Amino acid sequence: MQSNPQLNEHGELRHLLSIEGLPRDVLGSILDTAASFVGVTEREVKKVPILRGKSVFNLFFEPSTRTRTTFEIAAKRLSADVINLNVAASSQTKGESLLDTVANLSAMQADVFIVRHASSGAPYLIAQHVKPHEHVINAGDGRHAHPTQGLLDLYTIRHYKRDFSRLCVAIVGDVLHSRVARSLIHGLTTLATPEVRVIGPQTLIPTGVESLGVRVFHDMREGLRGADVVVMLRLQSERMRGALLPSAQEFFKHYGLTAEKLALARPDAIVMHPGPMNRGVEIDSAVADGPHSVILPQVTFGIAVRMAVMSMVAGT
Amino acid sequence: MTILIKNGRVIDPASGRDAIGDISIADGRVCESLPGKPDRVIDAEGLVVAPGLIDLSARLREPGYEYKATLESEMDAAVAGGVTSLACPPDTDPVLDEPGLVDMLRRRAKALSRARVYPVGALTVKLAGERLTEMAELAEAGCVAFSHANAPLSDTQVLWRALQYAATFDFAVWLRAEDYALARGGVAHDGDVATRLGLPGIPAFAETIALATVLELVRATGARVHVCRLSSGAAVHLMREAKAEGLPVSCDVGVHYVHLSEVDLGYFDSHCRLVPPLRSQRDRDALSSGLADGTIDCLCSDHTPVDEDQKQLPFAEAEPGATGLELLLPLTLKWGAQRKLPLVETLARITSRPARILGVQSGRLAHGAPADIVIFDPHAPFAVHAGSLRSQGKNTPFLGYELEGRVRYTLVAGNLVFELA
Repeated sequence: MQSNPQLNEHGELRHLLSIEGLPRDVLGSILDTAASFVGVTEREVKKVPILRGKSVFNLFFEPSTRTRTTFEIAAKRLSADVINLNVAASSQTKGESLLDTVANLSAMQADVFIVRHASSGAPYLIAQHVKPHEHVINAGDGRHAHPTQGLLDLYTIRHYKRDFSRLCVAIVGDVLHSRVARSLIHGLTTLATPEVRVIGPQTLIPTGVESLGVRVFHDMREGLRGADVVVMLRLQSERMRGALLPSAQEFFKHYGLTAEKLALARPDAIVMHPGPMNRGVEIDSAVADGPHSVILPQVTFGIAVRMAVMSMVAGT
Repeated sequence: MTILIKNGRVIDPASGRDAIGDISIADGRVCESLPGKPDRVIDAEGLVVAPGLIDLSARLREPGYEYKATLESEMDAAVAGGVTSLACPPDTDPVLDEPGLVDMLRRRAKALSRARVYPVGALTVKLAGERLTEMAELAEAGCVAFSHANAPLSDTQVLWRALQYAATFDFAVWLRAEDYALARGGVAHDGDVATRLGLPGIPAFAETIALATVLELVRATGARVHVCRLSSGAAVHLMREAKAEGLPVSCDVGVHYVHLSEVDLGYFDSHCRLVPPLRSQRDRDALSSGLADGTIDCLCSDHTPVDEDQKQLPFAEAEPGATGLELLLPLTLKWGAQRKLPLVETLARITSRPARILGVQSGRLAHGAPADIVIFDPHAPFAVHAGSLRSQGKNTPFLGYELEGRVRYTLVAGNLVFELA
């Protein structure tokens, strides 16, 4: 097997492709760097010159507004030039290959590629083919990874709970299709979280997920008992009826987060969601807007985390 | 043309012979001795002289996919790999479902006078899984068996009828066991690695459910069935029981599957995107053991040249398949060495046993047998890289490896068709 493609020969972050395989100290330093940027985002002049003169290309092969925008904000606060490309609507439909698209953009002097793609592993392929001074940040690939989301989740957990070594984290819902879940699980296990649970019906739990270091629960009440952190996953609407699930209503009844179910978790439990939320499918509005919810702070931290990642891979 | 191959280590798995000796060739056949001075003498000292390899699955990509490979390039690759007979699956474009196409392919192959090509006819028209092909006509045109390649045959009624019809004429049917609905959308073994990489999975029971169906239909129809490309330990188990029961079945495994597993996907290596998928290490070990104990009859290359562009894609989008004709011998030798098998046993898996399944006279060195012969150095290194492969397909998970086993000469029907420069 190849060596870890996201680290350079000195063990430093060159690309961010997945949280899996990131050493604990690298993970820690990303979170520490992010903490220093949280201050920046609260200042009146919200800019630092770390990426001045650098070009960040938002290369989204799959439509996304929120993630793309947060990357754009993060890059601009680092003083980079940001170019947004909605590739789904341009070259790919004209038959250009993924690597040709990247080669063309590379010829326009890109420094950082932020890549979202519907196929698992696409950012790895790009990272293998970019020039030595170019960097790839995975903004979500298929079901595989969404490392900046995972990092902002870790940041949020650390912010509210401080110490990972005594936590119980429950991840609820469509784990099968979730790159967010996979990234968070790798991050939590790397940071030695003693108990990571996944909760969902058998149809939405991937085969052999225990090998990632998690416990599987099919009964949500049992799975939430004693949890410090509850992470609700988004359920894509096309999966709400069919062979995986009969209906959104039945899903909500068994796996939707309500105040009554949340009461089984620890009294100071926090509730997270990567967004966008389906109120009344994964989560009840009373919980989403309630005192345990840290869903909006997650978004704020997301910008700091993305600034941290960009500055670490491409900063001078 | 008469040829004398001198002082080689002659290995003939069909008879169990493994001794230093000579092989005489006249009129395209192995003979006892030559009446006069041979036209050519090949000094095989230090080399192995064995029957030419017989490969039950090699895609030549003609007709229809000439941009991936041509008959010329792949026939060159075959003889450079010591393969003297190969069966080609019907998934060309158009598919091999008409006698005219089969005839043309055979003529084209014959004109190149390299390896012998045995077309496998389509079991259903256009491999659409609906209407039976004119099997008797196709057999007359030269099809040695009928298969559905990797195309789905989801209608079990059609499969039943196809086996009944084939059994009527005693035609062999070669099938890959995979439940279409269970495999739909999957690109990797449904297990730890696919879960970690976020790749849609194909469970091992997609194979065993389909295999159980096939075996039940063999019981019902008496059709002679060869099961292609086993991929799981559970399938090996089912085949072992079926053979013990006395069903008229045989099976093969692709040479990659006794060496590689899901773990080799690494960071989305599209060269490991294969059909069927590479499964767990336990499955790989069961396939290797099944091949050693005879449950699995033989190895094949499942040669599938894919052009570079179709592999330079995210894993799930990459075209499946690996080039294999030139790797069949070294990878078989590697397997035999790992199992500590005598060479004569190892070579049986790529000579006498596939010959029996194909129903041909070659694959042995008895007097009177066709002089299809490979002469190779079992210990010479073979560095696998784009430049060392003659096939137009450079797609193999073994790129960058150094294997052992180098073909020096290949003869087909007594003609020297390959000689290592």
